[in-house]
Amino acid sequence: MSGIKTMRDAMIARILDLMATDERLFFLSADMGAPLLDTLRESYPKRFINVGIAEQNLINVAAGLAMEGCCVYTLAIAPFYLRAFEQIRNNLSIAARFNPLNVNMMGIGGGVSYDISGPSHHALEDLATLRSLPDVAVISPADWLAASQLPDFAQTAPYPKYIRLDGKGHEPVTTQPMVWRQGFQTLQQGARAALLTTGFMTQKGQKLVAELGEADIGHIDLFQFTRDLDEQALAQTLRGYGRLVTLHEGYLGRGGLDTLIDTLCRQHGLSMPVTHLGFPLAHQFLFAPREHLHAACGMGIEDVKTALLA
Amino acid sequence: MELSAKAIWVREQTLLLHQYAPGTRVASSLSPVEFLVSLYYGGYLRHRPQEPRWAGRDRLIMSKGHGLVSLYPILADCGYFPMEELPKIATQQSYLGVIPDAGIPGVETTNGALGHGLGVGAGMAIALKAQGSQARVCVVCGDGEMNEGSVWEAIMFAPKHGLNNLMLVIDDNKISMLGFQREILNLSPFVDKLSAFGWDCHRLDGHDMAQVQTRMQQLWLNPGQRPCAVVLDTVKGKGVAALENRALSHVLSLSHDQVETAIQELRP
Repeated sequence: MSGIKTMRDAMIARILDLMATDERLFFLSADMGAPLLDTLRESYPKRFINVGIAEQNLINVAAGLAMEGCCVYTLAIAPFYLRAFEQIRNNLSIAARFNPLNVNMMGIGGGVSYDISGPSHHALEDLATLRSLPDVAVISPADWLAASQLPDFAQTAPYPKYIRLDGKGHEPVTTQPMVWRQGFQTLQQGARAALLTTGFMTQKGQKLVAELGEADIGHIDLFQFTRDLDEQALAQTLRGYGRLVTLHEGYLGRGGLDTLIDTLCRQHGLSMPVTHLGFPLAHQFLFAPREHLHAACGMGIEDVKTALLA
Repeated sequence: MELSAKAIWVREQTLLLHQYAPGTRVASSLSPVEFLVSLYYGGYLRHRPQEPRWAGRDRLIMSKGHGLVSLYPILADCGYFPMEELPKIATQQSYLGVIPDAGIPGVETTNGALGHGLGVGAGMAIALKAQGSQARVCVVCGDGEMNEGSVWEAIMFAPKHGLNNLMLVIDDNKISMLGFQREILNLSPFVDKLSAFGWDCHRLDGHDMAQVQTRMQQLWLNPGQRPCAVVLDTVKGKGVAALENRALSHVLSLSHDQVETAIQELRP
């Protein structure tokens, strides 16, 4: 399984398969398209709904469908879900206390996928913001192969999920099957330091860890941020490393991957040095390719290598 | 008991709930009473109180959540929970809060934050149609709630999808929290606006039981091709002189004695 694909297309391809046999499956879009979505909406015109450019109604309609037992996918640009935060909070998170609500929010363009579109399209708050909700799972796959396995997992997980998908196509980082209820995977063993990444940063991390060769650097991809992360197992895995470096496309110290690891270390008595790399708390107006944006914010390839070898 | 007498009983019970829990929004809860009585006792809502989540039930979403405490006595009277539950409202011994939530038998959703009910109701209506269900969805909003943009996203959505199993009820009691709506955003006339958006919309005297019954007979039992809306011309705090037409009635609490006086006023 190789080749370049987007996470979005890989997910939609599998959803399309499942819609053939599962009549309770609906796909809602906030006027966002994709080539495969054309096939989907032509094949299932009654179960594909374009709600228009209306993210609040996207979530509300999805919630209503799910309350009647439907499994629902929603498609919108990642940061635009924040417009519907109250709808997610009230009609998915609170409502999930009383109903099994299988709503799968596909957020396209996690982090700075839309690098040259500027801050309105950057999703640097989504992980932290949605992680704050008690009954919403937050999932951040690293590659399209993982994304392609998500719909089958979603069928077995009847609760609201925010799924952060990268906007760019890429090669898969691994062919090992996803263990969704573990929430993390070790891509490279090591002892000196561990690089912890999520989403597209896992792809970047894999390349730079390979470049470090014999430096004994481990690499862990974290793809579940809330209910399905096995924190005990993650703490046990991290215990063997001399230092930790986290790298994610989100603001530092505001509830993202770095905060998750800090809390985990404190709760499980891990005391190795930890360095966090991510965006400073500032909207980014540098209209440049992604790596330039990273380098300008202290999270370029060389910054990560330096932190790992410290 | 005839429906008008039932409406008086519901108002009495709503006032007593306010006496037990002064944090309840009593004025807002008194305006939609005739509609609720018609829905539950007039032969319209299909439901099974002993089986609250019966698949064939009609769904009522109380989008103006805090303004529908008057539903509690109706739910108890219908048998969703014992009448003895009412005096325990807003205590550790009760599941009844001053805003209804979906943990209460007979309550579908948790509202209170405004502007959520209609979109959720539209989603339910689509699912019910897809499943071949005859069940209908009714969403009760306040006129102040119509200020929320998310309501209008759903208003645009429902006619496009032919949701003739969806009814929007606007309790037009003309006062939101800080005063009269005509001085805040003045969305009147609702009928013209909703009609322009493709709804089958009607205005009626929300306190005239005969009018409410006639309109429900037409719209609930014989739906057309479009989603329908009923604008109830109501009085906030209806039946209580200390509340009616008071700009800040939404946040007013009545004293124990005021409740006693108000109950005496209600009785014919």
